[in-house]
Amino acid sequence: MLPAAAMAEGMPQMDFKNPLTISQVVWGAIIFIVLYILASRFALPKVGAVLEERAAHIARDLEAAQASKVKADAGSAEAIAAVAKARAEAQAAINAALESAKDAAATQAATLNARLEKQLADAETQIAGARAQAMGALRQVATETAATVVTRLTGRAPDQQRLDGAIGAALTARGVG
Amino acid sequence: MAAEGHSSIDALSQFALEPALGAIGHSVNFTQANLMMVAASVLVLALLWIGMRPRAMVPGRLQAAAEMCYETVMSMCTEQIGHEGKKFFPIVFCLFFFILFGNFIGVFPYFFTFTSHIAVTLALSSFVFILVTAVALERHGLHFFSYFVPQGIPAVLAPLMVLIEVISYLSRIISLSVRLFANMMAGHVMLEVFGSFVVMLGGAGALYLFPAGLSLVVNVALIGFELLVATLQAYVFAILTCIYLHDAVHLH
Repeated sequence: MLPAAAMAEGMPQMDFKNPLTISQVVWGAIIFIVLYILASRFALPKVGAVLEERAAHIARDLEAAQASKVKADAGSAEAIAAVAKARAEAQAAINAALESAKDAAATQAATLNARLEKQLADAETQIAGARAQAMGALRQVATETAATVVTRLTGRAPDQQRLDGAIGAALTARGVG
Repeated sequence: MAAEGHSSIDALSQFALEPALGAIGHSVNFTQANLMMVAASVLVLALLWIGMRPRAMVPGRLQAAAEMCYETVMSMCTEQIGHEGKKFFPIVFCLFFFILFGNFIGVFPYFFTFTSHIAVTLALSSFVFILVTAVALERHGLHFFSYFVPQGIPAVLAPLMVLIEVISYLSRIISLSVRLFANMMAGHVMLEVFGSFVVMLGGAGALYLFPAGLSLVVNVALIGFELLVATLQAYVFAILTCIYLHDAVHLH
């Protein structure tokens, strides 16, 4: 597009005879140094300070959040432990109540049983007594009856001793002696 | 079409230096390039100063922009140079934003691009070179010269390798300055050429309106491209400065 020769002779950048070509560099150096001083002394530290402050703030907040989390965890653990403890206590109370109720019931049943047992024994004793009485009466009745029958049949009173022996043997044979 | 004989496209006069600020500027050879340098510096400082004035915990737009500028360059320094990078942060920041704002200002029509002057970019790259060498000498003393002797090479090849290393070290000045200068100049020449096309074709009659419009479209695209190049070249200059500083601090 552009002939090389025209470029070489026409390039203002290569025109070092022009004092402006070098003077712009001198001025450029001065401007750059001023820019450097202003930026490095004032502008950039200002940005750096804000960024550092923000980083510190974030770190501080994170730390606080971490601490709160630890505290909350501890609280939650405490609450869980308390609930577990309460539950264990309640269970123990229930167990104790059940146990005592069972014991009371058992005692009551035992006394009732004993009473019934006693009544039964009493009744049995009474029955045995009545029976013995009845049996005793039976021997007397049998002796008298036998004496009467023998007297009627033979006309004379039987021998008391033999009669008793026979009655006793008969009763023993029937299982009521 | 412009290459034919009577060229009316004067793509290079835009780079001509003129005294600025009237008689005073004339007497001290203060050029419009220097005026743009002042403008760029003032804009950088204003962005930082006005942007950071609220000192807000949650930044507004301008403050966020200022902080982003700060943190971009800071991370560039610490990532490239290491933890010593903080010491070089102000200089890298100034270089980056001086060049970046210079490039940006140049994209505006009628504004001068001081980075399109080899003298300026050469001065900047020489400054970087001197800084890097001074840092290296200050850090490592004479041991710095071992930088030019690659490790584990045969003794026969050593002189050649040292020569190549020295040349490549010195050529940093040229590559750093010419890269920036050539990119900026080429972009502005293209803008001027296509701008001239628009004017010339637009004035040449109804038949040429379409190519004139096309040139305008190209120019719009070129301006977008120039913005990219402006940022990229400033970034490249800054990142290379960081890499050179890393070499100076760590010697490989």
